Amino acid sequence: MSIMAWTYIMVGVTFSIYLSIAWMSRVKDTKGFYVAGGGVPPLANGMATAADWMSAASFISMAGLISFMGYTGCIYLMGWTGGYVLLALLLAPYLRKFGKFTVPDFVGDRYYSSTARVVALICAVFVSLTYVAGQMRGVGIVFSRFLEVDVDTGVYIGMAIVFLYSGLGGMKGITWTQVAQYCVLILAFLIPAVAISLKITGNPIPQLGFGDTIASGTDAGAYLLDTLNKVSVDLGFTQYTSAFGPGNKSMIDVMAITMALMVGTAGLPHVIIRFYTVPSVKAARLSAFYAILFIAILYTSAPAVASFARYNMIKSLNNVPYENAPSWFLNWEKTGLIAWLDKNGDGLIEYRAGKAFTGTPQFTGQVGAFGQPLLSNTPTDSPNELYVDRDIMVLANPEIAKLPAWVIALVAAGGLAAALSTASGLLLVIASSISHDLYYRIINRQASEKQRLMLGRIMIGVAVCIAGYFGINPPGFVAQVVALAFGLGASSFFPILVLGIFWKRANRQGAIWGMVSGIGFTMFYIVQTKFMGVAPWFFGISPEGIGAVGMAINFMVTIVISLMTSPPPEEISEMVESVRIPRGAGAAVDH
Amino acid sequence: MKKNEKMQAYWKKNLTYMVVLLSIWALVSYVFGILLVSQLNAFHLGGFPLGFWFAQQGSIFAFVLIILAYYILMSRLDKEFDVHE
Repeated sequence: MSIMAWTYIMVGVTFSIYLSIAWMSRVKDTKGFYVAGGGVPPLANGMATAADWMSAASFISMAGLISFMGYTGCIYLMGWTGGYVLLALLLAPYLRKFGKFTVPDFVGDRYYSSTARVVALICAVFVSLTYVAGQMRGVGIVFSRFLEVDVDTGVYIGMAIVFLYSGLGGMKGITWTQVAQYCVLILAFLIPAVAISLKITGNPIPQLGFGDTIASGTDAGAYLLDTLNKVSVDLGFTQYTSAFGPGNKSMIDVMAITMALMVGTAGLPHVIIRFYTVPSVKAARLSAFYAILFIAILYTSAPAVASFARYNMIKSLNNVPYENAPSWFLNWEKTGLIAWLDKNGDGLIEYRAGKAFTGTPQFTGQVGAFGQPLLSNTPTDSPNELYVDRDIMVLANPEIAKLPAWVIALVAAGGLAAALSTASGLLLVIASSISHDLYYRIINRQASEKQRLMLGRIMIGVAVCIAGYFGINPPGFVAQVVALAFGLGASSFFPILVLGIFWKRANRQGAIWGMVSGIGFTMFYIVQTKFMGVAPWFFGISPEGIGAVGMAINFMVTIVISLMTSPPPEEISEMVESVRIPRGAGAAVDH
Repeated sequence: MKKNEKMQAYWKKNLTYMVVLLSIWALVSYVFGILLVSQLNAFHLGGFPLGFWFAQQGSIFAFVLIILAYYILMSRLDKEFDVHE
């Protein structure tokens, strides 16, 4: 059977599973809609959290980015997992004990202020929208390559599916769908990883395989990483495993980005909200452990996949005549995500350091001397002739390693599971922020259960449309856009949540000004460096890492302003005391 | 007041666990994975340069263990102070 036929089967089967789960777990009350009734077992919640949070960026883009970045890829690996330590130790148990529906709920109650609640809800909506844009672009990439529909149609299909299961089942539907999506995405990531590890090193465990020796070919017997270092240097790149060389990020930048991603993870509203869905504080701690365990399975194989992909790509493409180019190369060339510009007219695909040409590939529609589609881009001075979009590495990997068609189809289904599970979690945050925090808590406290549920569903519909718009008009690279969302998450919530739990003296004025100045600085810096062409001026920290500085500003401003103004009222101190003690979390969910 | 003092002791112990575990968190990621990466790369763990291994894999294994340790320690502490559910 062809890859196409397998893809239709895999995508069809997995989507029917998600929709049947949604139908079985449809809800009738707001508690079910926002926190899945608060009774999700920790193991299931751990899986759902893992799927919720491992997005299109983790599944599709990350290994590809690492494969081109070498050592520096650690910013994503440590950054996106290390935040769970912060989440598990500093936030999850206490927010669960607090026991209401959303993050703005905690901010609004702890800082006894509607203004703080509104600032928090604007931050939550803003962070979630930035993030969901990246997911929809991910859905578009997967559909355009594997179902051979255009990107727009792919995004419409994705929108319809997400709307159906999150609108119907709310948090309950999302949770159980995410459990299924975790299983699909982890299998889809591991099966090719294991197969490729076996092929290259003879070791079935990818985590060990990439520190092992190469099994066959001209490099047989040498360690894979040593070989990669040698080959990289020969082609003009820096060594794969060495840090901070020329062309790499500086140490302070690596530190800042890792910190921004860690703290951002801990501050993402759609991740935090998951800890409201378990029955007790102990269950919240345990589900944080399951979440990191399930995430680590993917995150420790990703660097292995990255090094295998790099090795395979160089071996199967470099100095190969275009006429003999492998079929995966020709397949992906059609999508415009990979291209070859024959600068010296010798018909060989030469891969070297540097950019092959400026911009993204623009095909002229004509065919060159070797049958290659011609490009109208301006060539650069570098000897490199190959353009590869980093986002394709994971999706193309099974094809590069010549795995059977059903594996390739499974990877497509996995990429969709990763993108859709995260998108649904984010949509729920947007919907609950508006319908619960804004409408019910601020505008109309008399709203009936039925009205609130209805508004929640309408808001999911609106959010789906906005997300779809970004999917069709993508604002940039998947992983980069997500990185920005993390920066905004880091600079807005994390500091005031931590201070709210660990420092009783933190007050209303401090929190409001802390959030505003933190996110304000981060936004300003990102807009300056990303969109206005200003060079990164703050110690050379790149826009992806500036959230760490925004977080520090938020901490400082909150502390200074709190000390300058009057302490919070007595009942707030009592509330903080009670949040610190686990007993009684079950009873605290009522409003 | 007695109950209050007990809660203070509970909270203090919780903070101690937290500080110790967060120090390990910072050590495996920021110190081994970033600050000392070039020095550690002189050593090898099989085919892995050690600093590179911590940056791309070792630190993640450590994170899993840190959260497991926190879960176990806190479950015991909750029982000891009779605040469990």
